[in-house]
Parts: sequence; structure tokens; C-alpha cells
Amino acid sequence: MTDLWGGLYAAARLLITLDPDLIEIALRSLRVTLSALAIACVIALPLAALLAVRRFRLRRATIAILNALMGLPPVVVGLVVYVLLSRAGPLGVLGLLFTPTAMIIAQVIIIVPLVASIAHQSLRELWAEYHDLLISLDTTQRQRIATLLWDGRRSLLTAALAGFGRAIGEVGAIMVVGGNIDHATRVMTTAIALETGKGNFALALGLGFVLIALAIAVNLAIHWLSRTERGQQW
Amino acid sequence: MVEMLPLVATGVTVTRRGKRLIGPVDLNIEGDGVTVVIGPNGAGKTTLLQALHGITRLNAGTVRWACPATQARRAQAFVFQTPVMLRRSVLENLIYPLRAGGMARKAALALGREWCGRIGLGAAEGRPATVLSRGEKQKLAIARALIIEPAVLFLDEPSASLDGGATREVETLIETAAKGGTRVILSTHDMGQARRLARDAVFLLRGRVHERGPAPEFFHSPGTAQARAFLAGDIVE
Amino acid sequence: MLKHLVSAAIATVLIAPLAHAEAMKMAVTTSFENSGLAEVLLPAIKEDTGIDVQLLVVGTGQALRLGEAGDVDAVLVHSKAAEEKFVADGDATHRREIMYNDFVLIGPEDDPAGIAESESAPAAFKAIAETEAPFVSRGDDSGTNKKELSLWAAIGLKPDALGDWYKPVGAGMGAALNTAAGIDAYIMSDRASWLNFGNKGDLALLYSGDPLLFNQYAYLPVNPDKGDHIRNDLAQNLEEWLTSDRAKELIDGYRIADQQLFTFNAEQTDASQAAE
Repeated sequence: MTDLWGGLYAAARLLITLDPDLIEIALRSLRVTLSALAIACVIALPLAALLAVRRFRLRRATIAILNALMGLPPVVVGLVVYVLLSRAGPLGVLGLLFTPTAMIIAQVIIIVPLVASIAHQSLRELWAEYHDLLISLDTTQRQRIATLLWDGRRSLLTAALAGFGRAIGEVGAIMVVGGNIDHATRVMTTAIALETGKGNFALALGLGFVLIALAIAVNLAIHWLSRTERGQQW
Repeated sequence: MVEMLPLVATGVTVTRRGKRLIGPVDLNIEGDGVTVVIGPNGAGKTTLLQALHGITRLNAGTVRWACPATQARRAQAFVFQTPVMLRRSVLENLIYPLRAGGMARKAALALGREWCGRIGLGAAEGRPATVLSRGEKQKLAIARALIIEPAVLFLDEPSASLDGGATREVETLIETAAKGGTRVILSTHDMGQARRLARDAVFLLRGRVHERGPAPEFFHSPGTAQARAFLAGDIVE
Repeated sequence: MLKHLVSAAIATVLIAPLAHAEAMKMAVTTSFENSGLAEVLLPAIKEDTGIDVQLLVVGTGQALRLGEAGDVDAVLVHSKAAEEKFVADGDATHRREIMYNDFVLIGPEDDPAGIAESESAPAAFKAIAETEAPFVSRGDDSGTNKKELSLWAAIGLKPDALGDWYKPVGAGMGAALNTAAGIDAYIMSDRASWLNFGNKGDLALLYSGDPLLFNQYAYLPVNPDKGDHIRNDLAQNLEEWLTSDRAKELIDGYRIADQQLFTFNAEQTDASQAAE
């Protein structure tokens, strides 16, 4: 219990003093995760809509694979991305290993299946509702996808937030491909792992509480923004 | 307007899970006015309309229009028994087919507002369509079908579970469209509605056209015993 | 709204690769990072040479793999046999000894195996094995792990043949210490990690001082033949600095709880020659 109080105290101290190291890694965490989320959404949401509207031969298999990949162990993703980006690997010339970009790539791979699966669940229901009308109106596949994405945007937000949650709390993959380099690739979760390793439980917990607060703040902000948007729309 | 008629259906058969829903159906639709499809529950009215519209896969037979299929497709509209409301505002629902057809947003909005007024939803144009009453939804669905000025309009039980006032408004919309040159094909359970609107009637029984004829004669003196029984309100199987 | 989010995110991605002009990457062991010495040395290196040394804190095995793949410019580890093989394989240009610290034996304060009175490190290990008191091993093929295994071998024991009391956790020094603190087990740790460790619980330092427990750190510049991206120039500058008087002063002067942790032992004469 004393560790928990110590953690709360450490979190409060870090926040009140606006600890420059904390602000640096918190901003880097946000930058990496939000970038990964944006890229993942651009890939996953249209994919989810396509899986909803189009019947093709490998559709069921694709959905099953996406569902299975939701549980992808991050450390394995990290290792695969490491092997690809390593100087000795096929993409080594890009020099991306141990950069925030490498961390973004790993996170994109981790959250695309999650965002796509959750988005597909809700878009499938929406498609069941819209199916007859959109077929009758002789819409193109592109129009169907666009309609589902736009009209389903509220539930897609939930999918995106789930992706954000998984990415911001992820440590296994970004530790391997980012390297937890101070002032370059250290983020909240890798800093927490580092402090835990040093036995500094209070500081590690403090960082953990700040991370939780950060995640809640981002969720609230996005919900608030989407509500304002709905107010204007309707 | 595209010259689409006559519509010629030959040997149309739809089978699902080993059960024949309709067919074989041979049917010619030409001229103008309203064709009413009637028949007991399960006779295949909905399936027939969807087959003619081209949104149900045929297991046998053909549906031919006087113009090429792609052209024909864009010149017809379908109103479903349960109106499908897009999760958008009333106005956005109305202009959706126009925008899908490539009309500029500004022109579409102008036309959409005009139709909003025409169906008495002018004040509600910004409201979500999903919270409208059943009658308002049906009017909106019909307006959304008519906004593209279709040559042929299909309606599947357009006034099922509507009250008298809403039914009258819906029928007015249909009559106006028919007078404006849109060929209307609708199915209904409501024999009063069938009598009020029909120029000719198709009596469907067990997936086949059992009797067909111009409205006054059909309703006054049907040629078959089953049609007579159905019109008299008996149970027909 | 969504558009703003997306464009903001894209903007952040584009600014992301803000690399420092004079940065080099060095893989070091967890025990080195946990000692806190890096926090003293890195700012001084930056000040004196302008080099921004980016540390990749991993186990010895992974550190050498990173060097082998050409993903780092230099390696600072402590596992002589592996280092010599690394040089022999052509992965590093040479091996340069820099400093040493020592390993210590940690255990529960009441010391059920009585190792505090041992005459040597192997004797202490033998006492633990005889009482079958719980012992936590890193089990991660790190330099520390290899040293520990060599001590078991010295008394003729094979870790995989030991009983349930021997617990290889497959983790870094800190995590292994956390485990030992949790179950009141014996563990071998480097002195620095132990002194810096914040969660000591009922554990205490019970035995140290046998020269067998000395832990030599060596610096290995990665072979520049691995590609143009290898900053061998910076690696050489760093080596020169690590063997300089300034480094000697900082390393020997570094203290935790009034204890000296590291002893500088680089051969400085060679250093000046190598630097020329």
C-alpha cells in the first residue's frame, strides 16, 4: 500500500512541477500513438467497410484472421519489425530502427487488426440496415463504403479509441524497435518499465498514474469534440 | 424521361433455400398509371417487386426493359415496406440519391429543401431522420424515391401500419407522381387502397400470377374463384 | 474535426525523424544503466566531445546481436568470452577494457545458508546449494548470468540439474532483484544495481570481495565494414574519451552510499596511440 501512496505522491509531484522529462516523454507518447492511430484508421476503417459491403471469396478467412490478430503479442510484432528494419534486414537502408517512426510502424501493425475488427462489427450491423436501400439506389462500392464510414462515424470513434488504448499502453514492441533511448525514443510505457527494473516502484507508479490520466484526458477530449460536432450537424 | 416500358418478365423464378418463392411468372407492364399487386400473405408480392426492380437474384427467367439495363436501373426507385432511414438529417436523406447520382451539392440541397416542404417536413429538415414518426418516415422514403424523377416507382406496402391521415398523404404523393408520368407498381394489403389507386391489378397466389386485369373489371367481377374469395375477405391458400 | 486530427497526426509524423547531427548509438547492459554511472558520463561526453551518445539498454546477448546486425556503433558489455568471439568474428574492430565493478551475493537478512562467513565465492554457492535455499538466477544469457553459471560450474554443479529452489527468471537485473525481494531468495547482482535498487525489502548484501566476482567492462567499436551508416569516427572519439583522465576521474569518483562502484583500468598509453 505504501508504494501506491508513494506513486500517487510521485504523480502529483511530477504534474505540479511540470517535470520537463515527464512532459517530453508524455508528448512523445502522444505523438507516436496518435500518429500510429491516424495511419491505422486510414487502413483499418475502409478495410472494415469493404469487408462489410463486399462478398469475396476470402472474406470470411480475412475476418477470422483479423479477429485472431487482435491478440497479436506485441513483442513478436516488435521482433518482426526489428528484423525488417535492422541494418542487416531488408529495410535496413531506410535507417528507421530506434526512431519514433519505427515505433509508429510497430504500433500500426498492432492496432490495425483491433480497429478493423471492432469497426467491422458495427459497420456490419449498419450495412444490414442500409443494404436494401443502397443496392436499390445502384450505388457504387466506393459510395457504399463512404456512406457506411460517414454514417457510422460515432461507433467508429469507439473502435479508434480502443486502438488508442492499446497503443498508448503498449510496451513490448516499442521497447524492441524504439530501444527506449533517452531523449529520442523513450515514452511513458518504456520509462515505466525502466523505473520498475530499477526497483523505483513509486516513480514507476507515478508515471503509470500520469499515463492513465493522459489516456482518460484524450478520451474525454475526443468525446467532447465529437459531441460538439454532432451539435452542429443535427 | 427514358422510355423504359414495356417491362417484360418471362419465366421469372426465385428460389431460396430450396423453397420456390415465386415463379414462373410472366408479366407485361406498359402504359401509365398504377399497377397494384395483391394477394394473400406469402404469395410472393415483395419478392416479385424486388425481382422486377432487379435487386433479387433470379434462379430462372428474365426481366427486360425497353432500354439498356444500366439505364433502366437508374430510372427506377423502390420504397421498402420498412422505410430505411440513413442516420442523417431529413434533408441529407433526401439529397442522398441525387448526390450518389453525381448532382452538385448546392443544386441537390435546393431540390431537397423544395421536397422537404412538399412533404410537410420543411421545419424538420435538420432533424435526424431516425427519430421521425412512422408516417413521416414513409413520406420521406417516398420523397427520396421521387426526387430523382424515376420513370418507374416500386412501393412495397407503402401504408402498412399507418393511420388514416398518413395513408392519405402517402396516397396523394403516389397519385401526383403517377399523374406526372411515373409508372407506379405497388403491393398492398389494403383493398380500399387498391381500389382507390389501381389502373390495373395483378392477383398473386402461391408465387404465380393467378389473375390479371384492368382495375374496374377485376374488382367488380374477378374471373377466378380464388380472386373472388380473396376480395370477399375469405382465407385463400 | 476528424480532418484536423488526421492532419495534425500527419504533421507530427513528418517532423518525427529529427535526428541529432552528431549522434551515435551504443548498446550497453542493463547493469551499466542501472548503476546510474551513465547519467554522470553522458553529459560529460556531450560537453567534451559534442557527441550525443544514445544508449540502448539491453542484455549482453542482445547488445552483441545489435552490434552484429550493424544497428549500433559501439557496444559496452561485460562478458569476456563472448566479446572475444565477437572480435574474432569480425563484428568489432577490437576490444578495449575500460573499467570493472564487482558482483555481490544478496540474500535474506537472516541468511539461512550462512554465506556471510564464506571463505570464497564458490564456497558461498556451495552453502546455498547444500541448504537448498531459494536462489534467483537472471537466466537471460546476460553477462551477469554467464558469470553466475561459471561459479556453479566451478563447484561442479549444473543449473538445469538443480532442484526447485533454483529459479531462472529470464529477466533483467532489476526485475530479478524484484523477484528475489518478493520470495526472500539469494541472488547474485552487480554492486551498482544492488546499491541503486529501490525495493530491497528484507534482502541484504551478504558476501563480496572474491576476485572471482570482478566484472570487467569492455568497449567494442562495431566494424565499419558493416556499412556507411556506422559512425566509426564517433566511436573512436568516444573510445579516446572513455580512456582519458577525465573519464578516470569521473568513473573512480562515482559513489553510491559512500561506496565506490567502478574502478577505471583502461591502458591509457595505448589510448593516446590509438587516438593518433
